[in-house]
Amino acid sequence: MGVRKAITGAQASAEAMRQINPDVVAAYPITPQTPIVEEFAKYVADGVVDTEMVAVESEHSAMSAVVGAETAGARAMSATSSQGLALMWEVVAATPGLRLPIVMSLVNRTISAPINIHCDHSDVMGLTTLGWIQIFSENAQEVYENTLLAIRVAEDNRVQLPAMVNQDGFITSHAVEPVEIFDDASVQRFVGARSLDRALLDVKQVRSVGPLVLPDYLFEFKRAQEEAMSKVFEVYREVGAELGAITGRQYPFFETYQTEDAEAVIVVLNSAAGTTKAAIDIMRAHGKKVGLLKPILFRPFPYAEVREALKNVPVIGVLDRSMAFGACAPLYAELRNALWALDKRPAMQSYIYGLGGRDIMTTEIEGVFEELLSGKLDSEHQRYIGLRG
Amino acid sequence: MPTLQEIAWKTDGPDIRFVSGHRMCSGCGIGAIVKTVLAASDKPVVVVNATGCLEVVTTTYPFTSWNTPWMHLTFENAASVASGIEAAYKALKRSGKITDDVNILAIGGDGGTYDIGFQALSGALERRHKFMYLVYDNEAYMNTGDQRSGATPFGANTTTVPVGKVSFGKPQWRKNLVEIAAAHRIPYVAQTAAHSIMDLYKKAQKGFNADGPAVLAVLQPCTTNWAFDPSLTMQYSKLAVETNFWPLYEVENGVVHINVKPSNRKPIEEFLKGQTRFRHLFKPENAHVIVEMQKMIDDEWARLLKIEESGIQF
Amino acid sequence: MSERKNWQEVELGAQLPAATSLGYKTGGWRVLRPIFDPSACTHCMICVTYCPDMAIPVAKSEQGVAGKGGRVYKGVVRLATNLDYCKGCGICAHECPSKAITMMREEEAEQASCKL
Ligand code: SF4
Ligand code: SF4
Repeated sequence: MGVRKAITGAQASAEAMRQINPDVVAAYPITPQTPIVEEFAKYVADGVVDTEMVAVESEHSAMSAVVGAETAGARAMSATSSQGLALMWEVVAATPGLRLPIVMSLVNRTISAPINIHCDHSDVMGLTTLGWIQIFSENAQEVYENTLLAIRVAEDNRVQLPAMVNQDGFITSHAVEPVEIFDDASVQRFVGARSLDRALLDVKQVRSVGPLVLPDYLFEFKRAQEEAMSKVFEVYREVGAELGAITGRQYPFFETYQTEDAEAVIVVLNSAAGTTKAAIDIMRAHGKKVGLLKPILFRPFPYAEVREALKNVPVIGVLDRSMAFGACAPLYAELRNALWALDKRPAMQSYIYGLGGRDIMTTEIEGVFEELLSGKLDSEHQRYIGLRG
Repeated sequence: MPTLQEIAWKTDGPDIRFVSGHRMCSGCGIGAIVKTVLAASDKPVVVVNATGCLEVVTTTYPFTSWNTPWMHLTFENAASVASGIEAAYKALKRSGKITDDVNILAIGGDGGTYDIGFQALSGALERRHKFMYLVYDNEAYMNTGDQRSGATPFGANTTTVPVGKVSFGKPQWRKNLVEIAAAHRIPYVAQTAAHSIMDLYKKAQKGFNADGPAVLAVLQPCTTNWAFDPSLTMQYSKLAVETNFWPLYEVENGVVHINVKPSNRKPIEEFLKGQTRFRHLFKPENAHVIVEMQKMIDDEWARLLKIEESGIQF
Repeated sequence: MSERKNWQEVELGAQLPAATSLGYKTGGWRVLRPIFDPSACTHCMICVTYCPDMAIPVAKSEQGVAGKGGRVYKGVVRLATNLDYCKGCGICAHECPSKAITMMREEEAEQASCKL
């Protein structure tokens, strides 16, 4: 049983971190992630957590310090957004190869230029090839629970890979919602402590971490890394079941809403899934058979399960909150990949929406559903929602 | 103060922390620097190494020359990684998850320190993490074949600021890392050189025992790119000190102390000659460069003496 | 190099155990070989601490070893150069204050040692 608190997505992230009580947090403030860092710093200042907090001088150093701490043997966390993620890219890229199970909050914000502090997914979609587990969250409740889940999945011996927990900048990070927080003792039992098996600070087991690996071996290490990624599915299921025993909820790879008999389905990440559900309720009331698939686990991408879930849907619209400029938008590309193996492939349409924090309305989603149902589609060209001209 | 015998027993005896089989160029002084610094710690040393000569030659998978915990992440962040290790050390110690005491040592070349790692170093010093930062300074990007760095001396020929019809090499003076580090008001900063094993050992010991961050800048003559015979590494290191090109001094709790004052400082030509990077300076049209260099060295030395004499704290 | 590992066998995150480079012998790089004359050595440890390749082993000797001037040197003493790792840089020979080390071309040194 949990307690309901009225908090923002950023606070939900900080709440999860409070309960995880990591050994080390290193972070650098950036809008809209800042309230996570501030909230957590307050916990440190008040002695609510035992964490050693390092308020570094840049995001590059934030991730470097977290990697140092995690290699040393600590459970270390961070949070960032947009330009911050871009600045730490180099170290973010190095982390999966070192097989460090770091969990980081990413508050999704557009990448410059033009500079803009609002939400889209161009930050995360710029690095989904690097080997981090990517988990998306529709609302503050999911942010909280996904963060707890991520720790255990990342640290599992079959995995040992870093994980990013995404939430929409401002829309989720700054909006107050009721969030059910579960009691500290059960959550702490669930998250446990990180094993010191690989700790550099264990001076009795002297080791060298991060050597130069030449063409004779690099390929083998990367293949091993891919194997670890493929293990995430089973671990995510097991850990999700354990967390579910505390929360009473389920942790699927994706959520489906009204897809059973749906004649058209929208696929969309994060907060816009909530808007889509509202639009579906309105349309269902008018007898329109429409539904939603909201991916939660985006890396690794559950192709087979998505294919199974959508195999009877004749028309699918994929809404992306970022572009791939000159190529299929990232979420759309994954759906095309997932559904390609079907004997009877659905008609598909790619849409771009919400760049730089532009709102998306239920009426616009209804419009998309109408268009999908009308069959006037062009799978080779993406369309734009809410764009002038 | 230990004798050289005692130091040798630590650097090359049974408790050796840095072993043979690395791939440094023959005659490279980094080996002597690293083994001496590691030997100066009375606790196990956890090392973080920036990308550079040392990292590449000591850890070519599956070989490692480190007999002490060691890690490498990327080029510009050894000091930030050290910050994280130190934070982890504090946290894990506090919670009783680990019990062994350690010293934390970050190592970078001049490129990874004066240039690309400068911000990370400054941040870590300002936050006063308890660690020592060691820079082995060979005065350019030597691992990749002699490109200019912020530590490259005036007049040196490098591949990115080469000598040409209208260029005598690097037209700027080098950064003074010791003074920059000291400006962070940290407890210990020192400059020393590869040949001066006793001085290096003593300073490393002080750095490890300092109550906060310490910085050790060590001159490392590069046999490959300064291009002298590999047997002369320590000779060039000595000449750098005897010409006042590279004074041996320390800043302890803000107070400057010069460790070696050459009674009869040698002209800078003594240091320059025999090094390919300065060969062009001996042409008549570049005579003015040597004159200017000598003046700068003498001015800097006079300034350093004045600072020491004044007793004014950094 | 011995059999290379498959991807299923490589260490997690390329983490290595300590000091494995002892398995990589750099002596083959040598062009000049340091010839050590124990009878001229004062066991001052200059060459040991300078050697960048940790190729001059030391030992603690209570009874001492004979060295320069027929004297017996006790305590930490230098032993014969470890030619498995010595790269022949010549720093030891150049810096030895007692001229106890001379550099000889590797082939000549080989021949000389064969004759012995
Ligand atoms: S430097 Fe010369 S005298 Fe000193 S220990 Fe070495 S060989 Fe002996
Ligand atoms: S020649 Fe160089 S590597 Fe060989 S023992 Fe002498 S100093 Fe060491």
